Amino acid sequence: MTEQREGPQAASDVESGARDIVIRALGVKRYYGTGDVVTKALDGVTLTVYRGEYLSIMGPSGSGKSTLFNMIGGIDTPTEGMVFIDEIDVARLDAFEMAWMRCNKIGYIFQSYNILPTLTALENVTLPMRFAGLSPDEAREKGAEILRAVGLGDRLFHRPYELSGGQQQRVAVARAMANDPVIILADEPTANLDVDTGAEIIELLCELKRDRGLTVISATHDMKMLNVSDRILWIRDGRVQRLEERRNLDIQIGTVAARGKGTKGKTP
Amino acid sequence: MTNAQSQSQIPRQTPLSWRIVLRVSLAGMRRRMMRSVVTVSCVVLALAFLAYMLVLADITQALVELNNPKLNILLQERGVDIFAASQMDPMTILLIGLALLTCAVGIANSMLMSVTERVREIGTLKCLGAQDRFIVKSYLVESTLQGFLGATAGVVLGCAIAVAASAATFPGYVLSSFPAVMVLRSLIVSLFIGLVIAVGASIWPAAVAARKRPVDALRVEE
Repeated sequence: MTEQREGPQAASDVESGARDIVIRALGVKRYYGTGDVVTKALDGVTLTVYRGEYLSIMGPSGSGKSTLFNMIGGIDTPTEGMVFIDEIDVARLDAFEMAWMRCNKIGYIFQSYNILPTLTALENVTLPMRFAGLSPDEAREKGAEILRAVGLGDRLFHRPYELSGGQQQRVAVARAMANDPVIILADEPTANLDVDTGAEIIELLCELKRDRGLTVISATHDMKMLNVSDRILWIRDGRVQRLEERRNLDIQIGTVAARGKGTKGKTP
Repeated sequence: MTNAQSQSQIPRQTPLSWRIVLRVSLAGMRRRMMRSVVTVSCVVLALAFLAYMLVLADITQALVELNNPKLNILLQERGVDIFAASQMDPMTILLIGLALLTCAVGIANSMLMSVTERVREIGTLKCLGAQDRFIVKSYLVESTLQGFLGATAGVVLGCAIAVAASAATFPGYVLSSFPAVMVLRSLIVSLFIGLVIAVGASIWPAAVAARKRPVDALRVEE
């Protein structure tokens, strides 16, 4: 079952040499339900994510894409198999340690922004810092700095309903950056935005990846996001269907096609 | 590099100060003003009833103890059993109990609805690194504040009505022999009962909220 996946996996391992590994998923399975009605959302996925890379995950709805995303994001635990995030075995963490890891290692960006509606932009960014143990003053200073960095220096005390979708998503990006995470997990971050605003968010993510050496993992259908990815992973029926380096793909707006005749991968 | 090493890097998270909890709950209450008002008025009504009954009993008791012949006639005309006025009759106790129970169910219901409304918010908080007890705390702070507000208003209201009503029925006697200590005691007891009910009724919703998983934050709009 795993051999199938090791083809492209092994190839990219060789190519990348001794790159630093951020996430390792080994034979991850996630079943929902019990007995006869068991649903295999993930059926044995093995995946390695390297530090500083931009990985896009694609797949139709119901493919297990979200489930995989949750597994490597430390917000769900596998039924079988192992997930290591920054060399920490997720399965061995208790609730407190999981909370710590979500707080310090991972930044989440959601499709529908999920800015806490009751707090100002600055408070949204400082909350995870307070969770991490920063003092109110430290948090305020650092929060304002990050918000300035994402271009919201003049919106610190605005509440979510006073901000546009793009601005809210910028707050979300700033909030994801709050505790200098290792990984940024972005779940269709541009799906609710218009094309130009979406492009700005993509640009922002790329900047963060470049300047801070962050690992960005995003689930997306947005061709512009695929275009800036280092690798693209296709999931289907709970398995890895295909894993490709960006440079082996020919991406144009609206289509994805394999380059040349050598790669005979199915176009999803 | 080994797992054992990395695992031990994780520090025990220090519990969060109540100030952040208070900040988040207050902001939440302001945002969901209508729901808060409904919950608070539920407490106000139940507590007004309780305080009214208790204060009225205190005043009646004080009047009976005066043992003034003219007043005794007045009391008996009003149906007060001057020989057993110190005990509340079981029917009244049952009524008060029902009012308080209704109040508790009302609060629990309103809180559970607010948990359902806020699933995504709770999930987001968890993704940001909130621990279960942060969620529990924020719900308890919210209900304590609502309980305190509602109970205070209710107790003042109930007491005022009781004093006004008895002053109108027994003119001249109530104010001259006002059982201040007893009334104060009743008010404190009512306030306490109000708080206990408000907090007690929200323990279950708070536990439900804390059990929500961070995955819920990722769910797309309803």
